Amino acid sequence: MPENRLSEPEDPFLSVLELQMGPQHPSTHGVLKLHLKLEGERIVDCEPIVGFLHRGLEKLAENFTYPQVLPLTDRLDYISAMNNNTGYCLVVERLLGIEPPPRGKYLRTMVCELARIASHLLWLATHALDIGAMTVFLYCFREREQILNFFEEICGARLTVSYPRIGGVRMDVEEATLEKVYNFLPEMERRIDEYEGLLSENRIWLERTVGVGVITAEEAIAYGLTGPSLRGSGVPYDVRKHFPYDAYPEVEFEVPVGKNGDTYDRYKCRLQEMRQSIRIIRQCIEKLPEGEVVSELTPDLDMMPGGRMLKAEAFNEVAFISFLQEAKEIFPKGELYSAVEGAKGELGFYLVSDGSGRPYRLHIRAPSFIHISAIPKLAKDHLIADLVAIIGTLDIVMGECDR
Amino acid sequence: MGLLEIAMDLLAELREKFPKVVLEVLEKDALTIVCRREGSLELISYLKEKGFKHLIDLCGVDYQGYKSEKKPERFEVVYHLYNLDEKKLIRVKVLIPENDAWQYSVTGLWKTANWFERECYDMLGIVFKGHPDLRRLLMPEDWEGYPLRKDYPLFLTEENEWKGYKEFLASVRGAK
Repeated sequence: MPENRLSEPEDPFLSVLELQMGPQHPSTHGVLKLHLKLEGERIVDCEPIVGFLHRGLEKLAENFTYPQVLPLTDRLDYISAMNNNTGYCLVVERLLGIEPPPRGKYLRTMVCELARIASHLLWLATHALDIGAMTVFLYCFREREQILNFFEEICGARLTVSYPRIGGVRMDVEEATLEKVYNFLPEMERRIDEYEGLLSENRIWLERTVGVGVITAEEAIAYGLTGPSLRGSGVPYDVRKHFPYDAYPEVEFEVPVGKNGDTYDRYKCRLQEMRQSIRIIRQCIEKLPEGEVVSELTPDLDMMPGGRMLKAEAFNEVAFISFLQEAKEIFPKGELYSAVEGAKGELGFYLVSDGSGRPYRLHIRAPSFIHISAIPKLAKDHLIADLVAIIGTLDIVMGECDR
Repeated sequence: MGLLEIAMDLLAELREKFPKVVLEVLEKDALTIVCRREGSLELISYLKEKGFKHLIDLCGVDYQGYKSEKKPERFEVVYHLYNLDEKKLIRVKVLIPENDAWQYSVTGLWKTANWFERECYDMLGIVFKGHPDLRRLLMPEDWEGYPLRKDYPLFLTEENEWKGYKEFLASVRGAK
């Protein structure tokens, strides 16, 4: 390649042109780099290059105590951190054999669904912006702001929340906040009608999305797609229905599926999902039981005084937050896999425990990681402009992909 | 989830078809099959035919210095398979010896295994035979060592720094 660089440039319409898209490109949604091979404007081959945001979360988790890993999971899919936290808490709870009290479960389900709406709003905003619909972007961010404000009222943080805790949630929610969330729901429903009015029958939107990035149900399973990306192809797989957790078995909701597996169907699926999320939140608030929010069986936290002053190297020897009964071998040894339905797809945690207070191995099955590996399949024979729509429709977050 | 009922039929079949492959069957959160490397690919493709069509997760585990139990081999490659129609999860663990760390690739069965296996190679140094494009994925291409191995240090010493990093720093400083 380099030796050709000085020679006479060939006609790009006759030969294969190699082009690097990203890692700093606004429509790659983070630091994703795509190595494209083009014939004119048609994509012949495409190779995603990832790892720019690799922080070694899995290695760090092996050296942290169980409570210390929780804030790390915020940094996976930082748009819907509630789901990540819940997923991690679930796997540790199942290891310990504890369950959150009913109120804790319902609150967790409620914030997870709020986070799902926020994530889908951000997806719709950026997806529409990539394709050229600026108005939707501004509308979606307006509603997302409200949800983030609720998070701030609930737990004091907007994005990296760490609100779910092992054994429940960190603290109870005030009545006034619940009322605000409840009153927000009908408004949100009207807003979704608005988005649909703007896009669903918009000629430009239809031409940019219908028939773009088609994947059949068989192929989607072979490529390991999950979440709305899989459901757009007509496979009704949803962790909330198949392997229910928290309060999901007790609330009613439907799993919307698409038919054609193209960008438009995935768009439809996600919008329907937001409506279902509203339905779940409404039921959660109506049915919210009284009582504790953290299980009594949860081990007590042990905080080291002056822990903040520890040097980084000392993390290996001492932990400034750990479980008090750590020495008594409360953690059984063994391994388990548990998954939650994240906003992007199935977020799985595979935990191996050796009985100590730290995870022996924590593998995170991140949906974005798998979805990016399917981009070459989806983008083949499309134009570069469609590639932007395909990256958007898969709803990827690089924090989760690179871990 | 009624693991036992699922287990009985399938297990009998597996034990009959692959007597030399299946070493152990455990009932944990999911039915767990511990098996030998030789023949593991056939076992997995048999499971796929039996309806476990969704490869949900593939990862490697390094058991060096595992305290609570003596492990026969250092590495394990763990597959999680879903049967979506019957809502079942099955786990297949393949034992990989330390000085001969390779495993058969399942990319022929599932396309999604491509990146999972690349990540596993990147992090643990387990080679997947038959993989179309086995390169590092998350770490830089010229990285030395396998970060998720238990003997890989959490903090690098000065001599042990990322290869080429010091030279790079020097060149940048020199340019100033």
